[in-house]
Amino acid sequence: MVDHSTEAPGNAGAARRRVFQIVPQGAPKGNGGGCGTKGGGGKTGCAAAGPGDLPPALWERIKDHPCYSEEAHHHFARMHVAVAPACNIQCNYCNRKYDCANESRPGVVSEKLTPEQAARKVIAVAARIPQLSVVGIAGPGDALANAAKTLRTFELIQQAAPDIKLCFSTNGLSLPDHVDAIKRFNVDHVTVTVNMVDPEVGARIYPWIYFRNRRWSGTEAARILSERQLEGLKELTAAGVLVKVNSVMIPGINDEHLVEVNRAVKARGAFLHNIMPLISDPAHGTHFGLTGQLGPTPAELKALQDRCEGEIQVMRHCRQCRADAVGLLGEDLSADFTLAKLDAEPAYNPGARRAYREFVEKERADQRAAREQELKKVAGAWPGLKIQVAVATKGSGCINQHFGHASEFQIYEVSAAGARFVGHRKIDHYCLGGYEDDEAMPSILEALNGCAAVLVAKVGHCPRRELEQAGIEAVEDYAHEYIGASALRYFERYLARLKQGAAAGAA
Amino acid sequence: MAYKIIASQCSGCSACEPECPNNAIREKDGVFLIKPEKCTECVGYFDDPQCVAVCPVENTCVIDKSVPRYAAA
Repeated sequence: MVDHSTEAPGNAGAARRRVFQIVPQGAPKGNGGGCGTKGGGGKTGCAAAGPGDLPPALWERIKDHPCYSEEAHHHFARMHVAVAPACNIQCNYCNRKYDCANESRPGVVSEKLTPEQAARKVIAVAARIPQLSVVGIAGPGDALANAAKTLRTFELIQQAAPDIKLCFSTNGLSLPDHVDAIKRFNVDHVTVTVNMVDPEVGARIYPWIYFRNRRWSGTEAARILSERQLEGLKELTAAGVLVKVNSVMIPGINDEHLVEVNRAVKARGAFLHNIMPLISDPAHGTHFGLTGQLGPTPAELKALQDRCEGEIQVMRHCRQCRADAVGLLGEDLSADFTLAKLDAEPAYNPGARRAYREFVEKERADQRAAREQELKKVAGAWPGLKIQVAVATKGSGCINQHFGHASEFQIYEVSAAGARFVGHRKIDHYCLGGYEDDEAMPSILEALNGCAAVLVAKVGHCPRRELEQAGIEAVEDYAHEYIGASALRYFERYLARLKQGAAAGAA
Repeated sequence: MAYKIIASQCSGCSACEPECPNNAIREKDGVFLIKPEKCTECVGYFDDPQCVAVCPVENTCVIDKSVPRYAAA
């Protein structure tokens, strides 16, 4: 129903872009989308689902930040500039020797940048991607272990492109030393990785830290790190900066403990808690990879996120991206924006971004309205029944991707209370040469495990049959419509079948 | 003696460069080098050689035995 190929006004580099599609204004007439439909409850299932979940001033600060708002992540893009290679701690899930251009995970980059190169890259990306709203510094080391480079980069970007938000992530060891500078450079969002508040737990995650000109190890290192993290967190939130806390879930080491971490960071004013799965592979050469430490399953991760959900919002849409990632979360265009490929004199053009933001504002209101309309139809139906539905999307909050082209599926938990985003599942391999790729199917079925249906723009006959045999319905009926409302419409259909006794039971 | 950085192990992260009290470290071709004539092994500055303490790759900043010991020089 919606043609997603029209470009935003003023987007000069359109011909070269291949992924970002802008929906023309006013075109969609579909049905609501997004995540969580509770208004005014103050708590949601996912990071800031909509304006109803937060005080208006706070919503204004996060609504276009793809990491801080789940709803924003369908529409807005981020980029990381890799100006911070040095680190001041060692984590057992990180190996600084390893680098791979084809991998997408934290700490990985294909080229490091100087602050000047970073500013040039930001302007070049912004000129071609009007969805860009945020520039972050996420390593590949620690942003504040390279404070001079990080702050210089902020200064240059602010001069060159003042409409773009700045943020960074840190392990927190140097954080208390830089609170004033963070305020001075108008950095509104900071992410601190807090994996423990108990030094005994910390000693199993951090072999050493470098602090005050010496190396510390064991519980002493973990104690210093934890004190500095919590102190920095408290000072930053007191200074009015929005702080997200990232925690890496390491089964058997800090999984239970993260509930305590959640309480500790909440007490110090953290705005959002992002619990991420450990990425562990012997090929990465990390301590955890080499010792066979496993990451959590999606179900274990979700269970912990559910436990931590409460007064503080829990982020579930993190894609654990590279330190030089570019694009919407879940996609990475970094290879298109290496230094060698940048335009010589990129022009600063805030007009296209402003137009895009205005469009998204209307689009989101439309999606919310449609979603609420659908919600009324299922209100009160079958209390307690929840199903999971997978969605193939390439952004804009719409079901707009072919099944065979998806590199990940977004998972929504749907009940009479609403459709809420609960996570994404990456698939190891995605199909490029057709839809009958036998090798891809097992990993896709595993990714879709537990889902009643997968909502797609299109799906071939063979995968549809295989999905059906696995008890997953492939649905094309909502192609190019809004995600949230479509999930609710599917739920309505599912309910009707349940009532007729035709359904085989809850998946 | 002075410290040296084993180039094949250097990740080029630059952590050592600003920590050196003697400005003895610089980048060349993506990895870092210590100028032996400038290195004092951090004697007189810190208890531990800073490049060793901050380097993320073990056994990468090591004593260069081909150079006379700093204190003896």
